[in-house]
Amino acid sequence: MNADLIIQNAPALLLAIPMLGAFTTPLIGKAGAAVRNLWVLLVMAATAVVAFLLAGEVLTAGTVIYTFGASAPGLTLPLDSGGIPIRIIFTVDAMSAFMAVFASIVGFAVMLYSITSQSRNSGQDGYYALLQLLMVGILGMVTTGDMFNFFVFLEINSLAGAALVAYRVDRGVAVEAGLKYAILSTLGGLLVLFAIALLYGQYDALNIAMIASRMQFSFLDKIALVMLFIALAMKSGAVPMHFWTPDAYSMAPSSITAILVVASQASLYGVFRIAFTLYGLTLDYATIGWIIIILGVLSMFVGVTMAIPQKDVKRLMAYHAVSQTGYMLLGVGVGLAVLGSPELMEQYGQVAMEGGIFHIINHAMYKGLLFLTAGAIFYQTGTRNLNKLGGLGHSMKLTMIFFIIGALAIAGIPPFNGFASKLMIYESVFLFNPILAIIAMVVSILTLASFVKVFHSIFMGPRLPEYGEVREVPLPMLVGMGILALLVVLFGVFPQQVVDILITPATTALIDQGGYIASVLGGAS
Amino acid sequence: MISSITLETGTGFWSPVLWIVAFVIALIIAYIIWALGESSYRKDTRQVKPYLSGNPEPAKGDVHVRAGNLYWGFTEALKGYYSRVVPLHTGILNDYVLWFLAVMALVLVIVGVV
Repeated sequence: MNADLIIQNAPALLLAIPMLGAFTTPLIGKAGAAVRNLWVLLVMAATAVVAFLLAGEVLTAGTVIYTFGASAPGLTLPLDSGGIPIRIIFTVDAMSAFMAVFASIVGFAVMLYSITSQSRNSGQDGYYALLQLLMVGILGMVTTGDMFNFFVFLEINSLAGAALVAYRVDRGVAVEAGLKYAILSTLGGLLVLFAIALLYGQYDALNIAMIASRMQFSFLDKIALVMLFIALAMKSGAVPMHFWTPDAYSMAPSSITAILVVASQASLYGVFRIAFTLYGLTLDYATIGWIIIILGVLSMFVGVTMAIPQKDVKRLMAYHAVSQTGYMLLGVGVGLAVLGSPELMEQYGQVAMEGGIFHIINHAMYKGLLFLTAGAIFYQTGTRNLNKLGGLGHSMKLTMIFFIIGALAIAGIPPFNGFASKLMIYESVFLFNPILAIIAMVVSILTLASFVKVFHSIFMGPRLPEYGEVREVPLPMLVGMGILALLVVLFGVFPQQVVDILITPATTALIDQGGYIASVLGGAS
Repeated sequence: MISSITLETGTGFWSPVLWIVAFVIALIIAYIIWALGESSYRKDTRQVKPYLSGNPEPAKGDVHVRAGNLYWGFTEALKGYYSRVVPLHTGILNDYVLWFLAVMALVLVIVGVV
């Protein structure tokens, strides 16, 4: 198979490889843990390579279209279909490629970390199979151009995620958290399905580009918009629908929590795709933009203030994940609120959106890193209780350094990546509404305060007798954390390159509804 | 050269590489000041033993300030806020679903009316 063939079929391979991995892992597991571990690592590495190849193709040649079942991937409109793209079509623009790239990077780091972190647990075949299925769900959500297909991948994402949250079945609370996640996700999924039915009933199409080209923003469309928007906002952990996040994030194994952050961001991608591409300028962008902004501000403030009194390190970090999602909602919400004004978009709207989208990838890196460091602490001490921890800086120096990098990044301290995206959000949002920018900065200060507490509680102080035997975690876990830490630093030191290569194309693609429609329908409307 | 390592933020700019250079220079100056200071310090001698006005040193576990003791003042000052927000996090699934449906209903009214 030559490189051109791989690139031509990259959208299908991006899902086929982890899906093949998921279904063969239990079988290969019969040959032994070492063989299975090598297999799952190869699968995730191959998935990441395909994601990079696909992103390279999108960034050089434009949106990649892949029509399943057609004689050629670009044949979106069969001759006998009446001009409707009836087949499942993957539409990979720069925004989709951006999401696929960072999801696969985090996926690989998590897989590497899991090799050691899960080595003491039973049921690893199921763990790796579900983890790969979760990746299928995430990658499918961000690459598909079909609404029903989006729902299917959302369900795969939710079910695999819920099963992994409940992975430690010996603990009742883990099963309870998994059940909560499953029920809320199912309710959200049902609303998404109902909204898709409303759209299908009106426009005889499931393809996003086709529906977007026919969108009237009727009363039924408004109902569908609200159902899609709220269901996906709940899945992304926006306040006041965030209650499941501390439960699920704290009970899942830390490696899974890191990837659940990415799964939540796939839902956030869904919110943005629905608003900008499916509805675009037909919707009341100022109202919807302000709703997103309000959800963002609530998420930022409630998330961080709830984090401060927490005593369970993962529960604390889960609330911070909610808080950081608020920044993304704020940045992109401001962009949506001024979408109808080219002047304001140029002045600050696009930068606000770029800041919000840049924060998505930054958050996936540093929050993934922080959850992995929390997992490393739990792996060596057996507790997540901050009141019981202390003095680990003496024995876990590398983990401590990785934690410092992640903590400074999430608090928006230069020169790490969180600062770059937050600066873009502060400056652009300030022009839109200074109070919002001030709230965002206050939340950053509270975030720093919260992580100073965590750092002190875990790593500072004298070496405690109960942790006298604690040593640094094994190499695979360090490498998994190291990959993410390196990216946090690199993205922070060279932010302009990341913005130029990934963020600006992604933002431009998200705004360019006409380009998305034309890439599928060939200019027809 | 400088422009390629500078992030344009629309109304301002941010150059992390220059910031790091400045930070390293500041570290070097700090090191020089430290090196010019008292040189009689010796690690692993009696100098590093804590002196508590002649009292015996408590056990290591007793001197570490635990997480629960931090930010008490902050949460106390905001107890009006926390007394309302914390109880909302009941842990009960029915409440989660109600919040979800209530927000959806509210947004539906806003979008439908506007």
